[in-house]
Amino acid sequence: MKKDIRRTMGEVTILSIGSNIIVPIQVELHDNTARKLQTEILEKIEKTGAKGLIIDVSAVSIIDSFLGRLLVETAKMAKLMGAETVLAGMKKEVVLTLISLGLTMKTLHTALNIEDALSILECLTGKRDETNRK
Amino acid sequence: MKPTENNKSFEVSLSSYEDIILARQKVKSLMQAMGFSLLAQTRIVTAVSELARNVVIHAGRGTMSVYEMIKTNNTKGIKCIFEDQGPGIQDIEQALKEGFSTLKSLGLGLGGAKKLCNEFHIDSAPGKGTTVSISEWLR
Repeated sequence: MKKDIRRTMGEVTILSIGSNIIVPIQVELHDNTARKLQTEILEKIEKTGAKGLIIDVSAVSIIDSFLGRLLVETAKMAKLMGAETVLAGMKKEVVLTLISLGLTMKTLHTALNIEDALSILECLTGKRDETNRK
Repeated sequence: MKPTENNKSFEVSLSSYEDIILARQKVKSLMQAMGFSLLAQTRIVTAVSELARNVVIHAGRGTMSVYEMIKTNNTKGIKCIFEDQGPGIQDIEQALKEGFSTLKSLGLGLGGAKKLCNEFHIDSAPGKGTTVSISEWLR
């Protein structure tokens, strides 16, 4: 039994592509691994100077109030480090549950899939470059 | 609403974050086997996650007992009972309110869990521990 649990709590890969970071969450995160992932994402942004962050939750079957808050917080932290965040691929069951729970995640940019998330990031970071130039 | 038959399926002891995941996985696979929709599974497993976390965080340890229920009209259901001997809740009504938290969290856990299931019952008093039970019926 123990072995099985450990397998589902493996590491999450953080991919760096161009000026973006993509984090596909493929495992069930418990509270501590989720916190650890948050730190790792911030470290990666620091190291790469990424401008965009995509968190892909298409394989996540449960987002409870803890993970929901952590995702919102992560986006806020990334923003403070100069990166925009898009949450991609939330399942419809997860969406319905989050709304019943009362967690609206209003401040988060969201997309149906990674491809859409990339074009949202292009808009978001492109706009910022323009205002910086002015 | 009296179930005619309650069969205990399993019990999970809750004392760590890993136990919360185990509780979620076991409830999910039972619900899957019983034929619940993916949405019902998601709602109840999310409620299980909130309630199991409450046990671990507020009481340190406790148990989740899961029962398969059958009503006289053959409706099937699942019941999860969370029991702990923790500090208990002073004001249950306040604890169920959205945004109420003693630990700087969002305060969506207990009230949220109530919204996610068909039936919700809580019994708690300071110094007496807390028992929360949730049920969902297959329709």
